[in-house]
Formats: sequence, structure tokens, C-alpha cells
Amino acid sequence: MSVEFSQKTLHEFEGLLDRYPTRKAASIPTLFLAQRDFGYISNEVIEYVSGLLDLTVAETNNIVSFYSMFYREKMGKHVIQVCHTLSCSLLGAANIVDHLKSKLGISPGETTLDNQFSLLKVECLGACGTAPAMRINDDYYESLTLDKIDKLIDRLAVKSVNNPSAEGPVQ
Amino acid sequence: MNNKIIMKNMEQPGYTGSLKDYEAEGGYSALKKALGEMSQDAIIEEVKKSGLRGRGGAGFPTGMKWSFVPKDTPKARYLINNADESEPGTFKDRAIMIRDPHLTLEGQIISSYVIKCNVSYIYIRGEFYREAEILERAIKEAENAGYLGDNILGSGFDHRIYVHRGAGAYICGEETGLIESLEGKRGWPRIKPPFPALEGAFGCPTVVNNTETLANIPFIINNGYAAFASIGVERGTGTKVYCISGHVKKPGLYEFPMGITLKELIYDCADGIRDDNNLKAVIPGGASMPVLTPGEIDVKMDFDSLAKIGSHLGSAGIIVMDDKTCMVDACLNLSKFYAHESCGQCTPCREGMGWMKSILDRIEHGQGEPDDIDLLLEITNNIEGRTICAFGEAGAWPVRAFVTKFRSEFEEHVKQKKCVLAA
Ligand SMILES: Cc1cc2nc3c(=O)[nH]c(=O)nc-3n(C[C@H](O)[C@H](O)[C@H](O)COP(=O)(O)O)c2cc1C
Ligand code: SF4
Ligand code: FES
Repeated sequence: MSVEFSQKTLHEFEGLLDRYPTRKAASIPTLFLAQRDFGYISNEVIEYVSGLLDLTVAETNNIVSFYSMFYREKMGKHVIQVCHTLSCSLLGAANIVDHLKSKLGISPGETTLDNQFSLLKVECLGACGTAPAMRINDDYYESLTLDKIDKLIDRLAVKSVNNPSAEGPVQ
Repeated sequence: MNNKIIMKNMEQPGYTGSLKDYEAEGGYSALKKALGEMSQDAIIEEVKKSGLRGRGGAGFPTGMKWSFVPKDTPKARYLINNADESEPGTFKDRAIMIRDPHLTLEGQIISSYVIKCNVSYIYIRGEFYREAEILERAIKEAENAGYLGDNILGSGFDHRIYVHRGAGAYICGEETGLIESLEGKRGWPRIKPPFPALEGAFGCPTVVNNTETLANIPFIINNGYAAFASIGVERGTGTKVYCISGHVKKPGLYEFPMGITLKELIYDCADGIRDDNNLKAVIPGGASMPVLTPGEIDVKMDFDSLAKIGSHLGSAGIIVMDDKTCMVDACLNLSKFYAHESCGQCTPCREGMGWMKSILDRIEHGQGEPDDIDLLLEITNNIEGRTICAFGEAGAWPVRAFVTKFRSEFEEHVKQKKCVLAA
């Protein structure tokens, strides 16, 4: 894949620059655009974004490595992020992680062989009142039960089989 | 309860948080009043006299913070709405953004007018993607209605609000880490002074206020400082949105005048402990604040009352633990969080958080040594007061409180060489 924004994304990028007094301040939103379009932040993406923002590769690397939401490797189509901080842990986050591990056959930090699912343990998602909570891509799923999770994952898996190129989260 | 400020609109049946709904409840009348008939100084006075203190954790008086911004600087000024909401146990700002976004926007525009700021930001944690979309939509609505943009309501005041998403780092909630992050860098907190009011974002005077703090401003402008100051307690005026999570029957958000007791919140609002177990421990103000025992829950939930018993109101994130909960495990859980989230700039914090985590891990798993318990306390002493930002305390206080208040449980783990509560 050649690493270059489409005209449409370039337009979004220009819009970002208007929001800040410096070019550098657009780095995080630009990296989000890059991750959306290219799937993850590869070395090529870092070089490309550095060029757009007049940053050195080292500077961009420095930013990317600080933030947990930037992925440095290819992720599954559905990135499952299970909160394991205290409020969720008190209400069974560990069971949820175990359940997903055996259901998907992967450990936290891994991606299924068919590239459909990645599993991550993450820190408090700010949804403690509806714990246990998780995110899949950009959407929250709260007050989780194992049953709810089964239905959700099965639905996502079916959707992926029927329409492997479908973009965006399943509601 | 009619005494609500923050949740008054959102709890009405059918209320969507749209501009139309917000205006129907009197929304943006405070902006009209502020821009139409009040000077900057008059607003600062009003907010000072209301007694409003920041809802982001530190409880700094809001009017006073604004007054530190120099009046006659040629520089731009910035205001940042801190919607990073990452303190474990806290989930109130998210509700405001989803259910009544214009409430915090109106407060943000008025506050920006006060410090003569033409561009302000909402720094929202990256995980709140949908919430950021909601805010973007609300900003568009406000622009179309003339509440944002050039010459707002004919006042000559120009203002724009941009949403800036973080990317997964708790430390970016700390105001100088946040500013660094907004500038497009790692969220490394700055050494203070200089304070942001003089030199903050992009080298310019900057005010950082929490989402809930700003959401209180329209009420104060509409109703006057006295109406606000008459709610709550002395030095803790107004209401607070309390977040209750953990082992209670009805977790959620409860807005009450400051000074309601912790016991009332747990047993009357949240309906008590799940499965009719007993209460064992409760964190009153987000994960960073020292844990309390059942004997301490008559405390009033305001700044001074909690400080008096050695804890803090913090973000008012109340995490309730029942008597089946292992205190070593709970403490370990939090220490993992702090070890993971330390930005790594200061040695005592970076090393200390990781060290405490590994000690707690071995105690929980039956490999602790008798000296480990005092070692934990010693490490907390070596962190406190020796770091660039308050994250050091945020990570040290919980460990010290768990170890001190539940010491015998830690000792039992060491003695029996296993978790004494594991089934
Ligand atoms: C480690 C750390 C994390 C923080 N996280 C947040 C946060 O997520 N949201 C917030 O509003 N304030 C947070 N704060 C407090 C901010 O530094 C700052 O005091 C606050 O945003 C000021 O707004 P206020 O005066 O309206 O409370 C944090 C502070 C520390 C030390
Ligand atoms: S105290 Fe910790 S989080 Fe704060 S600046 Fe130092 S290392 Fe970073
Ligand atoms: S602890 Fe899981 S969302 Fe806060």
C-alpha cells in the first residue's frame, strides 16, 4: 500500500491545520487520520506524516510511542479493548478477558489468524458506572455479561464472513 | 430534587441535548446576559463570590484562577475544557457531553469571554470518539445560531471552539501534560512555575477548567452567586455530580448538594451493597484518593470534610468494595494502573510505581516477605513531594492508605503465603 492520503483526507488534514497556531499541534489528529486510512502507524506512515507536519521522524516517533491508541502493527478488523481497572475488575473483568481468550483463541495483545479480532486489555474507559465495559473499535459496550459478549462477537463474526470488506462498527 | 444544576435538563423525559431542547430550558440565556450586560470583571466577581471550586480534582477556586490571566497582554489567550476524564471511578463528564453538551459549551464560551480568548479547545480523551462527534455537532448548532463565530450576539466578541482528541494517556488529564499534548507532543507535565495562567498553551496565558466546572457557569450567571452559594456547605458550594461504581445495587451518577454523606450516597442513592454483602472499603474521590473504611462513611462529601479525615473529594468517583474483596488485589489493580500510566519523567515516580506493583504482585501471589509491607510505605514516602506533577501523590496515596488501613490483611497474605480471600 502506498502511503499517501487521498484528496479527501488531504482536505481534512488542511482543515486541521486551521485549528491550531502551530503545525505540530495537528500531529495527534493527523495520526488518527493516518490510522483510520492505513490501519496502523507503520514506519512509512511515520515518515509520511513527518513530511506533512514538518517534523523529524524522531519527533513523530516520540509522539506515537507515547500514546496507547496508536497501533504500531496491523490489527484485526475488530479491536476489542476490555477495561480491567478497578470498577470493572470488581464486577468480573477477568472473567470477560478469560472468556474472550477462549472464544477467540488468542491472548491479550494478539490478533486472530483470520485478522478479524484483536484483543487488548485497557485502563479505565470512563464508564465505571456501567461496568464491566469494553470498546470495539470506536464504540462502547457496557454492563457486559458473557452472554451479551457472545451475541456481539457472533454477530460481528457473521457480518465479517458475509461482507469481508464492510467498513465501520456493527451497531 | 429541584436543587440540580448539572443534571437538571438531562434527567427530563425526552430531553435530547439538542440546541432546541437546551434553549427550551432557558439555554444560552446566560450567554446573552453575560455578553449583553456584564463586564469581564463583574463575571469574575460573581463566580468568585459563588464559591465555585474546580470539579476536576484539585478544587481550585474558579474565579480566582481566571483572575490570574493578565488583563493587558498582547498575546493570545487560550481556554481548555478538560474532558480527559481518565481518573478510574469517574464518568460524569462523559454524561454531560452525551446528554447535555450545550451546558458545558455555554459555560466555555462565557469563560472564554471572561479571559478574552478567541479560540478555545475541548481536550477530550481519545476513547470518547462518539462523544467528540456529539460535541462537534453541538458546536455546529451553536455556530449556526450565532452563539459561536464572529461577533457573537452582536457583542463584538469572536469565539471558536475546537475539539481535540487525546490518544490514550491518563497523564494528559494533568493540566500541563494536557497542554503539551495539545501542542502535539508527548503529554509530559511541565515544571511549575510558570503557571499556565501566565504561560500555558503555545506560550500564551491559558486557563484549564474541567467540563463539570464549566457546566456550572450558566447557572451562576442566570441566578446570581447567592443562589449557588446557598447550595452545599461552606467552602464547598453548589452541587456535585457523584459517580458511584463497584459493588452497589444501583451504580450511576447522583447529583446532590455538596455535603451529602458518603453513607447516604451508598445506601440511599445506590441502594446499598450488592447481594446484601457488607461494605469493606470505599474510595471517595477517584482511584487516586485514599480509601476509607466502613467506620468513616459518615463523612460529608465536600472538599474540607474529606480532607479532615485524610482523604479528598478529588473527582468524586466513589468506588465501593464489598467484604469479599481482597484489599491486596484491589491495591495491586490500582498500582498496575499507575505503573502503566507514569509518564516516566521523574525517577521516583517511574521506578516507584513499577516497584510497588511488583511487591504487591508477589504479596498477592504468596511470595511476599514480612518486610515488604513497610517497604511499600517507604516507597510511598520516597515518591510523595519529589515529583514534577501530582501523579506521584496520585499513585502513592492509594497504596499507603490500603496498606495502613488494611494492614492485617496484607500481613495474612505474607504469613499464609497466599491470597486469604481467594475461593
Ligand atoms: C494525574 C492527574 C490527572 C488528572 N486528570 C484530570 C482529568 O482527567 N480531568 C480533569 O478535569 N482534571 C484532571 N486533573 C486535574 C487538572 O490538572 C486540573 O487541575 C483541572 O483540570 C483544572 O480544572 P478545574 O479547576 O475546573 O478543576 C488531573 C490531575 C492530575 C495530577
Ligand atoms: S510525577 Fe510521574 S507522571 Fe508526573 S511528571 Fe513525574 S514521572 Fe511524569
Ligand atoms: S474501571 Fe472500567 S471503565 Fe472505569
